[in-house]
Amino acid sequence: MSTATQETEPVTPAPLQSFTVTLIIRRYDPEVDQEPHWQDFDVELFPTDRILDALHKIKWEQDGSLTFRRSCAHGVCGSDAMRINGRNRLACKTLIKDLDVTKPIYVEAIKGLPLEKDLIVNMDPFFESYREVQPFLQAHHEPEPGRERLQSPTDRERFDDTTKCILCAACTSSCPVFWTDGQYFGPAAIVNAHRFIFDSRDDEAQVRLDILNDKEGVWRCRTTFNCTEACPRGIQITQAIAEVKQAVITGRVR
Amino acid sequence: MWSWVLHRITGVAIFFFLLVHILDSVVLNFGPDAYDRVIGTYKNPVLGLGEAALVAAIVFHALNGIRIILIDLWSKGTRYQRAMFWIVVILWAVLMAGFLPVHLHNAFTEGQ
Ligand code: SF4
Ligand code: FES
Repeated sequence: MSTATQETEPVTPAPLQSFTVTLIIRRYDPEVDQEPHWQDFDVELFPTDRILDALHKIKWEQDGSLTFRRSCAHGVCGSDAMRINGRNRLACKTLIKDLDVTKPIYVEAIKGLPLEKDLIVNMDPFFESYREVQPFLQAHHEPEPGRERLQSPTDRERFDDTTKCILCAACTSSCPVFWTDGQYFGPAAIVNAHRFIFDSRDDEAQVRLDILNDKEGVWRCRTTFNCTEACPRGIQITQAIAEVKQAVITGRVR
Repeated sequence: MWSWVLHRITGVAIFFFLLVHILDSVVLNFGPDAYDRVIGTYKNPVLGLGEAALVAAIVFHALNGIRIILIDLWSKGTRYQRAMFWIVVILWAVLMAGFLPVHLHNAFTEGQ
């Protein structure tokens, strides 16, 4: 840094131009509506705003009854997966400038799970499948006294990708197989099974492989790659599912 | 997604062809003459186009089937799935470019 620049007037960045964006939201209030219906909202937004900010503005300034889930607002908690212009995204990670604002933006709840109200679905079936794959460490050997269960960086790397899941359900609710067959475990459950199947400290890989060898398990996957494209964490989901398929066939996990 | 949709559509189309195919094979029970007569009705340009569509569907389904097997069983399969899809499309186009002129020529000149 030269001192010369410090003496000049601080450059104020040109103020960002706001503009009006139309959002068309699929509304549903079970106490009033028979069927969901689409409703338009015009919102003043900046290019740097996110869909979540647009939803907040609508809720706070126009229609307090608009219902959606969000918690962290920073892509960590996984509460606000929704279908934005036909693609499953996190509202809090979808910037207005990345969308075509010359056309209205369509926002609706994720598909394949029971609609509760507006943008909220019942996540119970989703978490039910998640629980079924036993997504917790089951190590039957004791570590040496005073030490932890050690793992080499290579062994850790083996399942690194699938540790990133935030359980937002964007993947499972983008899967055409899951839409027609709600019994299918779905990508998210398989991702979280993968995370422990390939963990060198875990001893119950075979149990999970047996669970996923079920009729509604990994073999339902038709490699449409919708899940991989939907995942806000960039997890290579179809790859993870293929690895589980291979492990089911060969019985090898390391 | 689109490779999957096409795979479904071609799969269902081939299934319906198989139904017809089983029916015309059953005619063999009534003797070779009856069979020849049924098969003879296939020799017209409209079914000639149908046959072209059938071959197009089978070739795509077969090639994409190999792609899906590779996705499932080859460790790098998912990484190259998009490239493999384009290879399927190109191979399909090449094979069809070789097959269609000959076939359509036969379909429209035979029986005249
Ligand atoms: S795998 Fe990705 S899309 Fe699926 S629940 Fe986890 S974070 Fe969401
Ligand atoms: S609000 Fe937490 S992930 Fe979007």
